Amino acid sequence: MVETFEPKSDYRVIGSRPVRHDGFDKVTGRAIYGADVKLPGLIWGALARSPHAHAIVKSIDTSEAEKTPGVLGVITSKDMPETEDKMIDLGEGDENPRWTSNRLMASTKVIYRGHPVAAVAAADRYVAEEAAKKVKVEYEILPVHNDVDSALANQAEIIIDGMVGNDLGEEVKNTNMATHERYDFGDVNKAFKDAAYIEENTYTMQMVHQGYIEPQNATAFWDEEDRVKVWTSTQGAFTARTALANLLQLDVSRIKVTPCEIGGGFGGKIPVYLEPIAALLSKKTGRPVKMVMERTAVFETTGPTPGGKVWVKIGADNNGKLIAAESKIWFEAGCNPGSMIGPAAQCIYAPYDIPNTRIDSYDVVVNKPKVAPYRAPGSPQVAYAMESAVDDLCDKAGWDSMEFRINNASTQGTRRGDGVRFSVIGTKDVLSATKSSNHWNSDLGTAPEGKVRGRGISNGYWFNIGLKSSVNLNVNNDGTVTLIEGSTDIGGSRASISMQAAEALGIPAEDVRPSIVDTDSVGYTDVTGGSRTTYATGFAAWKAANNLVDELKGRVAMLWSEGTGEFGKDDVTFESGVFWSKAEPQKSISFKELAGKLDNLGGPAISTGSVDLESAGDGFGMHIADIEVDRATGKTDVIRYTAVQDVGKAIHPSYVEGQMQGGAVQGIGWALNEEYYMQDEGGMANSSFLDYRMPTSLDLPEIETVIVEIPTPLHPYGVRGVGEVPICPPLAAIGNAIKDALGVRLTDLPMNPGKIIEALKK
Amino acid sequence: MAKVFIPFQLRKFTNGVPEVDVPAATLRELVDELENLYPGIKDRLVKDDKLRPGLSAVVGYVATRQGLRQKLDPDVEVHFVPAVSGG
Repeated sequence: MVETFEPKSDYRVIGSRPVRHDGFDKVTGRAIYGADVKLPGLIWGALARSPHAHAIVKSIDTSEAEKTPGVLGVITSKDMPETEDKMIDLGEGDENPRWTSNRLMASTKVIYRGHPVAAVAAADRYVAEEAAKKVKVEYEILPVHNDVDSALANQAEIIIDGMVGNDLGEEVKNTNMATHERYDFGDVNKAFKDAAYIEENTYTMQMVHQGYIEPQNATAFWDEEDRVKVWTSTQGAFTARTALANLLQLDVSRIKVTPCEIGGGFGGKIPVYLEPIAALLSKKTGRPVKMVMERTAVFETTGPTPGGKVWVKIGADNNGKLIAAESKIWFEAGCNPGSMIGPAAQCIYAPYDIPNTRIDSYDVVVNKPKVAPYRAPGSPQVAYAMESAVDDLCDKAGWDSMEFRINNASTQGTRRGDGVRFSVIGTKDVLSATKSSNHWNSDLGTAPEGKVRGRGISNGYWFNIGLKSSVNLNVNNDGTVTLIEGSTDIGGSRASISMQAAEALGIPAEDVRPSIVDTDSVGYTDVTGGSRTTYATGFAAWKAANNLVDELKGRVAMLWSEGTGEFGKDDVTFESGVFWSKAEPQKSISFKELAGKLDNLGGPAISTGSVDLESAGDGFGMHIADIEVDRATGKTDVIRYTAVQDVGKAIHPSYVEGQMQGGAVQGIGWALNEEYYMQDEGGMANSSFLDYRMPTSLDLPEIETVIVEIPTPLHPYGVRGVGEVPICPPLAAIGNAIKDALGVRLTDLPMNPGKIIEALKK
Repeated sequence: MAKVFIPFQLRKFTNGVPEVDVPAATLRELVDELENLYPGIKDRLVKDDKLRPGLSAVVGYVATRQGLRQKLDPDVEVHFVPAVSGG
């Protein structure tokens, strides 16, 4: 059965704000990122990529590239190992290795612009890049499908030959629709007939990218004994290892993945892209091979989050009670199936208690890069639709939208859209904290001439997940503890994990020294993603710390027995970093003091902790956005913004606030500016940071945060996870604020100046 | 009796029935009993003696990590839903 924990409040380390353990290395530039990796004999790899988004590959001629001075090897799809045409479980999502292999190196067809067709290894990066340009490919260009409507049209060109779609359990051939799922609870049709007020609309959105600063990179060495070492920027070294084992057709034990420091990921660095190519180039040349992506390739060939459209219809009775909801979700999967229609369906109604619900969701293949996770994958898009509809319903009925949300909030026992009931959740607590916040109770103020102001609110939800993590602890004789973990540190997780071990050991956080190691050096650990790292790896650290205390009680018993055996470890208690004799309360020894005596008490003291955790505590948030729109230019400025969120327990409040602020900023960019602007013939028109406009610190005010703590009983410290919820509310919060300012509902993201001007004209 | 919610995609096996009460002490027994009642459904839930890739079983409030060995309390709800990852 699931172990549960009672919440506590008297912590020594939890809730404090120590300096992060990796802080100096990061700010001085000493930290080693993937592009910094240097090995003896290192050479470079470069890819020849398709300029077309959809075309048959009639021939590939690599002879000119191979003749280029300095080139040491060229590979094509013929060098890719044969892989199975079946779904495999990567521990964090599933995929078909054959599709992945074809996506990383095209054989007979290219299905997105930038699709690799060959790879070149050379002694120098620029020689490799120039040689890659000499690869000659004969293409037969096919029609391009940039969106779900085009891909689902009757005469659409089939993107993946042989793909069999699943339409509510029935097989469908010759289709670009990979999956159609449905959830259906209660009697939706009758409930809509009973509803006094109904609101429905269709909301559209484009693909957006995670926008991490560090591009994908990989260095690989394939040795004479078919063992492969890989250094890479990844959110999950073990997940990368599993993916590589399938793509390279090697046992996992033959692959060692070293996760380098990571310059952002947000989900986009879970899949592998360059790693298998670098490994195969290394196999071909016998040299270690490094590859680093250009920004254009990052945009055009690594996974963004889906664009698509969401139709939603909601109905309420005369008392303002939501009684029915129905929605249809169409997501662009990119060039391979696997958009986040499942999580989207599970999230869309989560903030509300609605007795009659139906959801249809469609995963549609299009000629764009295959999507990848991005903070709460699938949830922001549907929150945009649902939370916009809620505001419009309230406007129609004359209800206060805050009170409406409170009166209809989900609670323990409420069913999500997929039917699963919630355990202890903080939806109402978050709404209550929002309602009593300084921001909510402040005036909007007066807009300068020519501008108008508005305020919007929106809910957001993410599950937060558990899965597998491992931690090793070693006691040093100076009283510090080395903590070995496998979770890539993206947002300060070294600190949050170390603090959980420190709390259990009764020592300062600074006395725990964390190291993130390769896949040979720690037990299996799932990705840094799903808001799971502080929850699950922190849990493993807590478990390892308790195992260490148990081990050390034996050493204390040994010390106090002096060989007589009169003390057993059951005679020793431990509290706040001190071991005590149960029988003689004056007899005690501190953790630090004991650490210095271990040489004569059995030698090194070590421990391990591993977990495979069920669901984490569900996370809810609500944001308030104040915006100001220039009626002449259509430009929207955010003038005040507050993020409120139930985090369970904030281990390190600064990093919790940082996650809430970062998620909010990314959501604001999604709402106002960011989009994959596609050309009719396929490919992005804006694949650089100059044209793909992300918000900077100069664009936004301080993002205010309100931390709500409703501990989950599933974690020893009540942690729920933080990182994903805050990207869910901004889209609708901004949209609702714009409607408040202009009286116009914008239903197409991003809500950029051009769309606002057009809306004002109408 | 565990209350099983049949995914819409699998209701062709249950003649459209959305919920079934099944006597079972473990998830494995539950799946086997479903197969007895609705032949063919097990293959859509289980492969190689494990839940199919991408599928998760929620037992009560939580997505089990025990797989088919998961014990079932009397009257517990069981849902088969897409496995969730994250970014």
